[in-house]
Amino acid sequence: MSVYAPDLDTRPRLSSGRGRRSSPWTWRWGDRLVLLCAWAAGLGLCLIAAAIVLYMGYRGIEYLRPGLLFARPAISTSQSHTGGILDPLIGTLLLTAIGIALAFPLAVASAIWIAEYGRPSWLARIVESSIEIVAGTPDIVLALFGVAIFQLGILAPLSFRAEGGGVYGRSFIAAGAMMSLIALPPLFVATRDGLRAVPTHMREAAFALGKTRIATIRRVLLPSVRSNIATGVTLGVSRIIGDTAIVVLLLGKTLHIETQGSVPAINLLRGTGSTLTSYVYDNSPAGEGAAPQKAYAAAFVLLLFVLALNLLVDKIGSGSLTSSV
Amino acid sequence: MHFVADKFDGEYEHSVPPVRTIVLDRPPVPVAPGVRERNPLREPLPSTTGPERLSLREISIDYGGVPAVKSVTMSIHQGEVLALIGPSGCGKTTLLRTLNRLTELTPSAARAGEVLLDGDDIHQLPDTTLRARVAMVFQQPNPFPMSIFDNVAFALREQSRKRPRRREIEPLVIDALRRAGLYEEVRDDLDRPALRLSGGQQQRLCIARAIAPRPEVLLMDEPCSALDPISTGVIEELIGELRRDLAVVIVTHNLAQARRVADKVAFMYLGDLVEYGTTADVFSQPRAARTRDYVRGAFG
Repeated sequence: MSVYAPDLDTRPRLSSGRGRRSSPWTWRWGDRLVLLCAWAAGLGLCLIAAAIVLYMGYRGIEYLRPGLLFARPAISTSQSHTGGILDPLIGTLLLTAIGIALAFPLAVASAIWIAEYGRPSWLARIVESSIEIVAGTPDIVLALFGVAIFQLGILAPLSFRAEGGGVYGRSFIAAGAMMSLIALPPLFVATRDGLRAVPTHMREAAFALGKTRIATIRRVLLPSVRSNIATGVTLGVSRIIGDTAIVVLLLGKTLHIETQGSVPAINLLRGTGSTLTSYVYDNSPAGEGAAPQKAYAAAFVLLLFVLALNLLVDKIGSGSLTSSV
Repeated sequence: MHFVADKFDGEYEHSVPPVRTIVLDRPPVPVAPGVRERNPLREPLPSTTGPERLSLREISIDYGGVPAVKSVTMSIHQGEVLALIGPSGCGKTTLLRTLNRLTELTPSAARAGEVLLDGDDIHQLPDTTLRARVAMVFQQPNPFPMSIFDNVAFALREQSRKRPRRREIEPLVIDALRRAGLYEEVRDDLDRPALRLSGGQQQRLCIARAIAPRPEVLLMDEPCSALDPISTGVIEELIGELRRDLAVVIVTHNLAQARRVADKVAFMYLGDLVEYGTTADVFSQPRAARTRDYVRGAFG
C-alpha cells in the first residue's frame, strides 16, 4: 500500500503590497502641491549633490596628475609651468592639525564641565551661549578678530614679520588658533551630547564603588563617549579644511610655505602658507593665478577629503569603528 | 585561610588597598547554574547574627518636601540578609540609597536622622571611603564598557594614590570573581568586553565588582528583577554565601525571593517602617494588618 502525498503547496500566497489607495487626482490642490514639493525637493537636492561631485570629478580627473600632488606651485605665465599643489596640501594638513590640537582640549574639557558639573547654572548658561556665539560668528569676522589680536606687539613673536619689523599677524599659529574656534563648537556639542546620553546608572555604579566624580569621568564616561568625540573631531576637521576666510586673512595665502626664523618646526608655525581652499580661490577665474585647470584639480582633492571625512563620520556614528562592545 | 591578606601584607602594601580577612578566603566553591551537588558550604546556613554593622536612627528623607521615608530606626547585622519589602514607591530604594549616601546626588533630597557604620556617622566619612565600605548592586546589570578584568579592578584601583599594576591586583580580581561565582565561566579570557556577557553573568560581574574591595555591607536594589529564573537562583545562592562576611540589605518586590534569601524582613509602606522581624515571623504571623494583607497578596 502506498501513500501518495500530493505535491501541492498549500501555503497561502503572501504578498507584501498594500491595498488600494485613493488616487492623488481626487485630492485637494494644496495636498497635491505639498506632495509634489516634497518629492521634488528631495530629488532636486540629490541632483545638485550628484552634479557637484560628478562635475568636479570629471574636471578633476581631467586635470589631476599624480605629479601635481608632489610639485610645488610656481609663478609662470604658462599654465604648464605653474607647478603643483604640494604647498597648499601641506598647508591644509598642518593647519588642520594645529586647529584640532588647540580645539580638542578646550572643547572636551568645557563639555565635561557643562555636562558633569555645570554649576552654578547661570555660569553654565553663559558658557553655553558663549560657545553658541562662537559657533554663530561668520568665519570672516573671526578672521578679522584674529588679525586684530595677532597684530598686537605682544603677540608678534607668534607671527610672520616683514623686513622692516612690521607685524602682519599672519602665521600658521595665528590661523590655527582661529581655526580652533571654528572646530570647537561641533566638537563641544558632540562631546556634551555624548556625555548627556550616558545613562545615570552608569555614573551611580561608579559612585557606588567609591569613585570620585573626576575618576568616574576619566575612567568610565570618557571611554564610553569615544565615538562621539571622534565624530566631533571629524566634523571639526571638515570645517577647518573647508574654511577660506581665515586662510586669506591670517595665513597670508602665500604661494609657498614661508618660514620665519631659524628654529626648525617653530619657524614653520610662525611662517605663512596657503591651503587648498585658498589655492582654489587664487586659481579660479576670480583670483590672481587664474589657472582654472589647477583650481579644478585642487578642488577635486579638497572634495575627496571632505567626502572621505563625511564617510568617516557616518561610520563612526554607526559605531562600526570604535564600538566598545 | 588568610591567603589573600597574607600575600599582600608586605610587598604591595602601598599600592593595593588593605583587604580584611573573611570566611570565604577558604578555597571557594564555584557556583554554576544547574550544579546542585551536596556541599556543606552551600547548605542553607542557620542565621548566625554577627556584629552590628549599620544602625539607622530616626532616618527621614524628603524629596522637595514630599516625605519618602519617615523616621525609620533599625539595625543591620553582619551574617544576616535583610530584605526590604513593600509596594512600589514606598521608600525602600530611597532608604537603601541613603545607606551609601547616593540620595545626596538628588538635589531635592533632604535628610534627617543619622546612620552609623560600625559606630561612625556615615555623613562624617568621606563619600569615597563610605562607598567602598558599603557597596551596592543595582537593578539593571550595569558593567562598564571595558573588559571583565578592568570592571572588577576598577573598584580596587585608584583607592590607592598610585595605580597598582595588573600583577598586583590580579589575585584580588580573581578572588572576587570566584566569590561571585563567575570565575569558572570567564577564566579563559578576562580581557573580553564585559558587555558581551549574558544578563545573569553581567549581574554577577557587578556583584564581583562590588565585593572586590571587601565591603562590610552590600546593598542590593532588586538585583534579580531583570534576570531569568536560573540566573536568579544562582544569585540567591550567592547571597546566602556572601552574608557570612557581609551585612546584606536587599530590596525586592518578589516575596518568594524575600522568603528564600532573607533572615530578617522589613516591610515598608508609604515611607513608614510598618514591621520588622525575622522572615518566619513576618510571613507566618505578621503583627500589623497591613503586613498581613501584603504578604498574603491582598494589595501591592
